[in-house]
Amino acid sequence: MPERGLSRRHFLEVSGGVGVGLVLSFALPGGPAAARKTAPPGTQELNAWIRIGTDDTVEFFVSQLEMGQGVFTSVPMLIAEELEVDWQRVRAQQAPADDRFGRQRTGGSASIRRGFDEFRRVGAAAREMLIAAAGEAWSVPRSECRARQGVVIHEPTGRQLRYGELAARAAALPAPTDPPLKPRSEFRIVGRRVPRLDTPAKTDGSAQYGMDVQMDGLRVALVERPPTLGAKLASFDASAALAVEGVERVVEIPSGVAVVARTTWPAMKGREQLRVKWNPGDGANVSDESIDAQCRAAIGRTRLARDDGDVDQALAGAASTVEAVYEFPYLAHAAMEPMNCTAHVRDGECEIWVPTQTQSGTRAAAVKITGLAPEQVAVHPTYMGGGFGRRSATDFVEDAVHLSKSVGAPVKVVYSREDDMRAGYYRPAGTSEFTGGLAADGTPIAWRHRMATPSIMRQKGWTLSDDIDGVVVEGARNLPYAIPNLRVGWAEVELPISTHWWRSVGSSHNAYVTECFFDELCRAGGVDPVEGRLALLDGHPRHQRVLRVAAERAGWGTSLPEGRTRGVAVHECFGSFVAQVAEVTVGKNGRPRVHRVVCAIDCGDVVNPDTIEAQMEGAIAFGLSAALHGRVHFAAGRVTSANFDRYPLLRIREMPRVETHIVTSGDPLGGVGEPGTPPIAPAVCNALLALTGKPVRRLPITPVG
Amino acid sequence: MPEYRLRVNDELRTVQVDADTPLLWVLRDELGLTGTKFGCGGGYCRACAVQIDGAPGFSCRLRVADVGARRITTIEGLSPDRSHPLQRAWIAEDVPQCGYCQSGQIVSAAALLDRNPDPSADEIDAWMSPNLCRCGTYNRIRRAIQRAAREGTRDEAGSEDA
Ligand code: FES
Ligand code: FES
Repeated sequence: MPERGLSRRHFLEVSGGVGVGLVLSFALPGGPAAARKTAPPGTQELNAWIRIGTDDTVEFFVSQLEMGQGVFTSVPMLIAEELEVDWQRVRAQQAPADDRFGRQRTGGSASIRRGFDEFRRVGAAAREMLIAAAGEAWSVPRSECRARQGVVIHEPTGRQLRYGELAARAAALPAPTDPPLKPRSEFRIVGRRVPRLDTPAKTDGSAQYGMDVQMDGLRVALVERPPTLGAKLASFDASAALAVEGVERVVEIPSGVAVVARTTWPAMKGREQLRVKWNPGDGANVSDESIDAQCRAAIGRTRLARDDGDVDQALAGAASTVEAVYEFPYLAHAAMEPMNCTAHVRDGECEIWVPTQTQSGTRAAAVKITGLAPEQVAVHPTYMGGGFGRRSATDFVEDAVHLSKSVGAPVKVVYSREDDMRAGYYRPAGTSEFTGGLAADGTPIAWRHRMATPSIMRQKGWTLSDDIDGVVVEGARNLPYAIPNLRVGWAEVELPISTHWWRSVGSSHNAYVTECFFDELCRAGGVDPVEGRLALLDGHPRHQRVLRVAAERAGWGTSLPEGRTRGVAVHECFGSFVAQVAEVTVGKNGRPRVHRVVCAIDCGDVVNPDTIEAQMEGAIAFGLSAALHGRVHFAAGRVTSANFDRYPLLRIREMPRVETHIVTSGDPLGGVGEPGTPPIAPAVCNALLALTGKPVRRLPITPVG
Repeated sequence: MPEYRLRVNDELRTVQVDADTPLLWVLRDELGLTGTKFGCGGGYCRACAVQIDGAPGFSCRLRVADVGARRITTIEGLSPDRSHPLQRAWIAEDVPQCGYCQSGQIVSAAALLDRNPDPSADEIDAWMSPNLCRCGTYNRIRRAIQRAAREGTRDEAGSEDA
């Protein structure tokens, strides 16, 4: 067990102030090396900040950023549980960029997974300090005092002091290094359906998103960026743009040519009037066809990612074999709020208001451009109209900082929908080729999977261990099925298209291809897909359990109306296990219609069941949107699917009923934001296989003809 | 620049903007009503929904010069205190995730309930399909509209003149 106490490696600040009372902050700034030695991966990201006012208000600064996943509520729930405060009194704010919080980024479905104990320790430490303060005030042993609902009670006499009355005294005390945590059985907040703290502001238009930032002297800018992949600016003529009323400046920045105006519409209109000449770059010929062809061609160059048994020999000796080639496209995150950022660079300081998944990355980007010291850069995270991984990039931050620096005023850079969809940072496209071998009784005995995709890690300049991109093979390399002869290979495809983390990353395509091919093997072997899976999941009880729960709740094996079939898929990622059963029909137009999805998730423990259900619904919609519609189209080096007409998203009439069953196992905590996405595409495709007899080997699903 | 007089949330507002300016940017940049959102600018997502004489409209596709004397209602004009039955239902069902689409969803749904106080699931789907939600809150949107249909009229009995 790694050391988990609030000891040396925790930075602790205690300060009392007028009207403030107690301020506590915790982080792990021990430097990367120290953190790595003692903490599980990523634990240095954990932090919290509690403020107890002398008026009894309790405020938490949440460093993990709310993008819809509910962390703005679940982190305070964990702190409040141990702090023993009335949930009604809890207020929360997003934390600004601040070194005392350690590294600040939100992603990888990691916030609660890694913070379950740490956030509770933060609350418990504050509670112990308040108890100690009360003991001191009454000159009684602290063991006679108990904290409950925002007051400390002296049990023998029944005397009480409110937290607000104790805060200033508590702030002068040392923080305990290893405060006791409540047993699970005493939880009053954690595990309950607690209403989200951010909901009210999201029902009356008052929630402030990055797009909504307004301030005196604010300028709005739109940037004309290269129209084709890799194009370079040759020259531009700004005269017509400058003639648009409201346009003030036209400025060249590294990403393109920006039109800066007093408000948004003139900036948009002015940009249309820009005349820009571009020199085509190395991507000028990229098209849908060339991408597919390059991926297919790369299959022959795979490097080994996993090699169990002897696949060649097993295939040669198999009673029968199955071959298949699967293809999947580039995908865009398409968050509802297009990318944007407001920056104000002044003498010796820079202030940034931005919907971001990373305060740290935002600050680092600004430091690099301005040459300021980190502490001279203030980052104010706003509400985010969706993240899904996209907002961990900082392209929009860089544009805003460059522009504010050159214009000398606060500038909000706004991406149009088309800018957002063309900006890159896509989920990689790829090809997966399979050969499977079956024994005479239909049991899979050989599995050869060769995949070709661009490398996200290489594009980001990271080191690939064994020359394998660990994130794009995730979910394929760790196939859970006990197939004795199993080989997974990966080939890198070089394309001038930028890729990025997209909700569930490698699992988004690897669950699709592996779970679909597994059903092809079941079909060839005459084995039921649920039975076939369970039989090869010995030693994977968490897979088995969610699979059983989903199958049972979905009525697997029971009859359905004519023309309706079920498909199943199970997948593990980000520490959680999810199985889904989809019920599907095909409409007259040949398009699949998904009526019902039964989803079972084992994420170890539960903070807020309502949030888990919401995340499963959302993740299913996200994965289904991709399965039915998602493809970033390219022609002559240009993204041609730049708005929702050519990049359709799932609409309400396509949304299935979703029933979520949470399986609590007491196992280590898993993430919740991403794991619901991977299984839906294969569950739907497997239902179509059952219905039509034809595998769906290409996404998005083409109408059944 | 020409001057326009607009009836927004039962107030007369005067703006001086280019005639082509979409109502969306007038509301957001000139009148400070930022609850109405920009999602696509092309009529595909209805994040920009406002009611125009009680019917849901795409404010990103309506030029300010074409608004005329029509009544514009934005999310801010739905109720002063989140008391509209749909807002209460949205809170009760904890509908929003990122929340960015939700002004448009609520404004669109309000126009539905004005016409059809007890819509079926299919009627909800048909009416709400122009509104995209990337976070996939659709099932909760359905539930919240049905809840508002159930509870809204009861709680508002006598005070609602529609
Ligand atoms: S912003 Fe108006 S429809 Fe999308
Ligand atoms: S709640 Fe995020 S787009 Fe609807």
